[in-house]
Amino acid sequence: MQVLKPTEVIKMIPDGASIMVGGFLGVGTPACLVDEIINQEKKDLTVMCNDSAFPDRGIGKLIVKKLVKKLIASHIGTNPETQQQMIKKELEVELVPQGTLAERIRAAGVGLGGILTPTGVGTIVEDGKQVVELDGKKYLLELPIHADFALIKAKRSDYLGNLAYSLTARNFNPIMAMAADIVIAEVEEIIPVGAMPPDEVHTPNVLVDYVIVDGRR
Amino acid sequence: MDAKTLIAKRIALELKDGYLVNLGIGTPTLVANYTPKNVNIFFESENGIIGMGPIPQEGMENADLINASAGYVTALPGSSCFDSATSFGLIRGGHLDVTVLGGLQVDEKGRLANWMIPGKMIPGMGGAMDLVTGAKRVIVSMTHTAKGKPKIVKECTLPITSIRPVDLIVTEMAVIEPTKSGLVLKEIAPGITIDEVLRNTEAHLIIPENVPIMKIE
Repeated sequence: MQVLKPTEVIKMIPDGASIMVGGFLGVGTPACLVDEIINQEKKDLTVMCNDSAFPDRGIGKLIVKKLVKKLIASHIGTNPETQQQMIKKELEVELVPQGTLAERIRAAGVGLGGILTPTGVGTIVEDGKQVVELDGKKYLLELPIHADFALIKAKRSDYLGNLAYSLTARNFNPIMAMAADIVIAEVEEIIPVGAMPPDEVHTPNVLVDYVIVDGRR
Repeated sequence: MDAKTLIAKRIALELKDGYLVNLGIGTPTLVANYTPKNVNIFFESENGIIGMGPIPQEGMENADLINASAGYVTALPGSSCFDSATSFGLIRGGHLDVTVLGGLQVDEKGRLANWMIPGKMIPGMGGAMDLVTGAKRVIVSMTHTAKGKPKIVKECTLPITSIRPVDLIVTEMAVIEPTKSGLVLKEIAPGITIDEVLRNTEAHLIIPENVPIMKIE
């Protein structure tokens, strides 16, 4: 793990990259990293996240700046800009049930070829998907979601990159930390190695490539 | 008593001691205000918490502690936080006793539509599809009609949320239970006649010999 500045770490992301961003309506979203993507005007991004938050918060800002080509999310209702761009066909949106989104990301991170879920069977979510029947019950085969980069937010890390999250800011962050080639964590503080008891580590350091400290605090 | 309060008070009577309960966005959240005395409920929110408490006093908000509507909440003693995969594992895996959700339409088969109006409103399904598919008991909280049009219909014209029938529909006029033989009128609101319910319902209703009045204070 390497500690870098936001400017240095975001430089590694090319235009057109796929990025997973943690957070639920902006809580647990790495705000400094999102702001730096805007500063460096990364374009044509494919973004995977739970929701498009609000126009002035979370990944909603990336949508407003029109840096996103494709969005994979479960909810876009709190950001009118997302729906407008979607209707104008400026932005491709794939809506995924929240639990399915979590499991598809998890599947990519844990080496599964897909998951079978009853969620979405018989609804428009089923369109174009394989239905698998087991013991008389129908499931949808949902495929893994992997990304080039995962941008996650944790409360703190140690200097090895072990991460601990805070309350409901945990959400998608731990599963995204397993499902991308390069994992960048934004934290509020970095503490000495050994200061984080093993039981309090939520994401083991081997998954984390870079850590940046939220300098606004 | 206004419609929302009446619906919330009636639904609160469905909650039993020790239940794990998810309340959807909007009117369903009001149910928490009317839980019966001496009944201990664990309220959960799909962004990753069990044991949500009331809205914090001004100045006592924790930026990392929200509900699924991005409103600040508190965490009661004994509460727990977890990631989105665990959260939806609880929901889809049959560990959630009750979910209370808003509705746009419910049809004769008990199928709920509550996540989009094609061409008009595409907020995304968020957690709704997983909640309806996986909760042990699904209760719909909605007004009986919208702009004078019945919301309890023969067949949903809007995209459905799940093929799994809901367990109870509570409106400001009636309590209706979807069964294998159809929708059964279980209770009527104080001051409402069966005729009025029928006039405002498009779906066929089975009327038992005795239809009691909702027992709410």
